[in-house]
Amino acid sequence: MSELIHRNSLTQLAAGLRAKTFSSVEVVRAYLARIEASQPALNAFVSVTADQALAAAAAADRDLAAGRGGALAGVPIGHKDLFCTAGVRTTCGSRMLDNFVSPYDATVVAKLKAAGAITLGKLNMDEFAMGSSNETSYYGPVRNPWNPDFVPGGSSGGSAAAVAARLVPGATATDTGGSIRQPAALCGITGIKPTYGRVSRYGMVAFASSLDQGGVLTTSAQDAALMLREMAGFDPNDSTSVDTPVPDYVAGLDAPLAGVKVGLIKEFVDEGLDRENELRIREALEVLERMGARLREVSLPNLPLSVPAYYVVAPAECSSNLARYDGVRFGHRCKDPRDLQDLYRRSRGEGFGAEVKRRIMTGTYVLSAGYYDAYYLKAQRVRQLITADFKRAFGEVDVLVGPTSPTAAFRIGAKTADPITMYLNDIYTIGANLAGLPALSVPCGFVGGPASAEVSAGRLPVGLQIVGPHFAEARILNVAHRYQLETDWHRQSPERFA
Amino acid sequence: MTGASASTWETVIGLEIHAQLATRSKIFSGASTAYGAPPNAQASLIDLGFPGVLPVLNGEAVRMAVCFGLAIGARIARQSVFARKNYFYPDLPKGYQISQYELPVVAQGALDIVLDDGSTKRIGITRAHLEEDAGKSLHEGLGGVTGVDLNRAGTPLIEIVSEPDMRSAKEAVAYMKKVHTLVRYLEICDGNMQEGSFRCDANVSVRPQGSAKLGTRAEIKNINSFRFVEKAILYETARQIELIESGGKVVQETRLYDPDKGETRSMRTKEEANDYRYFPDPDLLPLVLDEAFIEAVRATLPELPDEKAARFSSQYGLSAYDAGVLTASRELAGYYEEVVRAAPREPKLAANWVMGELAAALNKENLDVGSGKMPAVRLAELLTRIADQTISGKLAKEVFEAMWASGESADAIIESKGLKQITDTGAIERAIEEVMARNPGQLADYRAGKDKLFGFFVGQVMKATQGKANPAQLNELLKKKLPG
Repeated sequence: MSELIHRNSLTQLAAGLRAKTFSSVEVVRAYLARIEASQPALNAFVSVTADQALAAAAAADRDLAAGRGGALAGVPIGHKDLFCTAGVRTTCGSRMLDNFVSPYDATVVAKLKAAGAITLGKLNMDEFAMGSSNETSYYGPVRNPWNPDFVPGGSSGGSAAAVAARLVPGATATDTGGSIRQPAALCGITGIKPTYGRVSRYGMVAFASSLDQGGVLTTSAQDAALMLREMAGFDPNDSTSVDTPVPDYVAGLDAPLAGVKVGLIKEFVDEGLDRENELRIREALEVLERMGARLREVSLPNLPLSVPAYYVVAPAECSSNLARYDGVRFGHRCKDPRDLQDLYRRSRGEGFGAEVKRRIMTGTYVLSAGYYDAYYLKAQRVRQLITADFKRAFGEVDVLVGPTSPTAAFRIGAKTADPITMYLNDIYTIGANLAGLPALSVPCGFVGGPASAEVSAGRLPVGLQIVGPHFAEARILNVAHRYQLETDWHRQSPERFA
Repeated sequence: MTGASASTWETVIGLEIHAQLATRSKIFSGASTAYGAPPNAQASLIDLGFPGVLPVLNGEAVRMAVCFGLAIGARIARQSVFARKNYFYPDLPKGYQISQYELPVVAQGALDIVLDDGSTKRIGITRAHLEEDAGKSLHEGLGGVTGVDLNRAGTPLIEIVSEPDMRSAKEAVAYMKKVHTLVRYLEICDGNMQEGSFRCDANVSVRPQGSAKLGTRAEIKNINSFRFVEKAILYETARQIELIESGGKVVQETRLYDPDKGETRSMRTKEEANDYRYFPDPDLLPLVLDEAFIEAVRATLPELPDEKAARFSSQYGLSAYDAGVLTASRELAGYYEEVVRAAPREPKLAANWVMGELAAALNKENLDVGSGKMPAVRLAELLTRIADQTISGKLAKEVFEAMWASGESADAIIESKGLKQITDTGAIERAIEEVMARNPGQLADYRAGKDKLFGFFVGQVMKATQGKANPAQLNELLKKKLPG
């Protein structure tokens, strides 16, 4: 029995626990065993909280026996290691926070706990969520379950790999420029970044505050709808969270697609897009058309400016957000500082990795007197133009679609030498962050690996991105779910972790 | 500074006043703002800048800032923006201060100050913005290490930035006092300068008389008393004039006033100044205020000091000076009006007593008018006894002292000490006759034309009646009796 527990979706697990097909302790044990076995190969987890999880599972079983418990009662999940968890260290994938134990739970963590979910541990990630390959983590790279020589994407690489390898049925993640959708695509799973303000950022360690948004990684849109429903909502502790009711995303999943207007973003089918990847996207669009969706091409002319705009705004905010890591109150402190300057220099110099430093320096530069107007202000204007492009497009179509990333997963180390090449991984995802829109990625097939990679790459998944207007999570989940009713890409899992 | 030099130079001063807003909790967290707690007892995770925490704006701080803006006739921004001022310092936990930069909540107001010659001068207020205070670094008594106390971190401030409209240290002090009075009237700041609730930075420059161009300014930081503001500006003015006259140049810099040495010292020059890299705080939405909110705040504004002083002058017939003194604080003005309500026929007498005997007695014991030591109705009783001639003004001072010491009522003291004025004509006449009989020589001299002896007789009768004879009646009767 427990051999096959991991083949259940999150939705099935929730239902099975309620029906007492299995107990939460059984479920948690089964997943903990898989985590333990996978760790040397994948390195998806930074911390595993087995004892706490088993105790919580026992409590969940008592609740379930008494007919109590929330929608996720007894269901195991993992948290990206930038969601603060009281009593369990929160590292952000950084040496800076290697010793940091949060005294409080992030709102997302508290909400999922209240819904009955059980945390199995904290998931590896790019340092402070800065990266597209999970190679910047202080805890080492995460490996792609489809091929361990390949990256899982980033920054939520640990969350994506864990869900793809069925180490957890669902995981929290965050998306600042594509950090949920890109790893979802590269690991062949489903990931949704909600509208900016839909999920509380309180307790989510900040990278770029105006772009960061928490979301979920699961194997299906149905599971994403369930988990997101439980963690979304207004939070008085987050001034940017929006006070509108959360619809029941699950209830809206089955609406038919007939007549739904789908726009293919013309600018996303560019020379950077891998040819095979493009074919998978076209095939996915055919599926949607067969279901009655009306497809057309839509142009968002300013969208190609999103990468340069993003790489001004995000580093600017990061340079300020990461100023608090100074060795004074928490986090890494250098040994025997001579004076204040020495304390700052060495604590930060030792605590941060190269990519974080690069972005702090870029951000400091673009905010400096004399450069602010040319960089930061201009980037904010570009951001407005991109937002206006989306707004215009949503006057014509219900959802926008395109590839999630230009290529499938790449080999570990292939892009670390050139940051710009790495940054271009997010070329299709950043627009939704700049405009604050909900967007998701669903698996839409496989490619043989990027054109430049050796043939030995084998099958690697790619993703279809679906973007909706503000607060249209229900709509994009609906399109994704209907697509997944017609396809089985999301049900495929890496052989080693079947 | 020599007289000759000073007359050829003009001093130009602008003040940046930091007033701590009297909210119960901090501007972006729920921690208490009370003064005097053990170090870091009032620092929440938000004040400590923990990973993942976010600021939530305290609406009460906004209301107070708007209150101030309305009181100085300023424009209240319908939309203002919080910005981050980035710099590293141990008492600044996030590595940035949340302030307002390009779009402050209050802009373009003014206050009038009264100059020595009695004329008024308008001082422009460029802006007033909301921001959070930093913590404190403690360098003493910690065995060579520096401690950080973050109790003050996140306390709401309004920074009130004046135009460079002041031309002397005296004007600067008058302006600062005016703002001080106003914030306490509005009950948005306790004004406690020792605890740092009200402090200022002074921008000082000099230029040749008649020049329209501003000189290079020095900014004197963190001055926390009116006296120090005056001294620091005087010192700095003299320093700059001396420097220029001896062929030097004033450099733009930040200076610190050392009250022990009575001098200002350079902290850092413009070249060493931080680039604060201001940008809008993405954790906070723009602060949007609608007309209804602003009007609701306006409706709660108390009578302001200038309005109250004008009313005191016209309603109670007080001089502009007296009205100014009595309205210097809301408590004093309230006390005065309470006295007048209880003794409505004597507003001028009340003013003299409140500003004279009462102020002196309070001063002596370092009490303020709200201390309850001399309730307004008690003082009014005393004034009533003066007015109805139960006691003379002179004896009233003795009664006041006894009231102050014992807390008893004026009547009780007058009764127990037998101080009641003698208004019985017969009794006064008898006393006069006795004095006349005892002093035949003086009486003869008076009658021979030595008018000055009239005072002698007044004194003698008063002595005989222990000062209780009604002076007016005594005068009248003496005039009648002495000539014979």
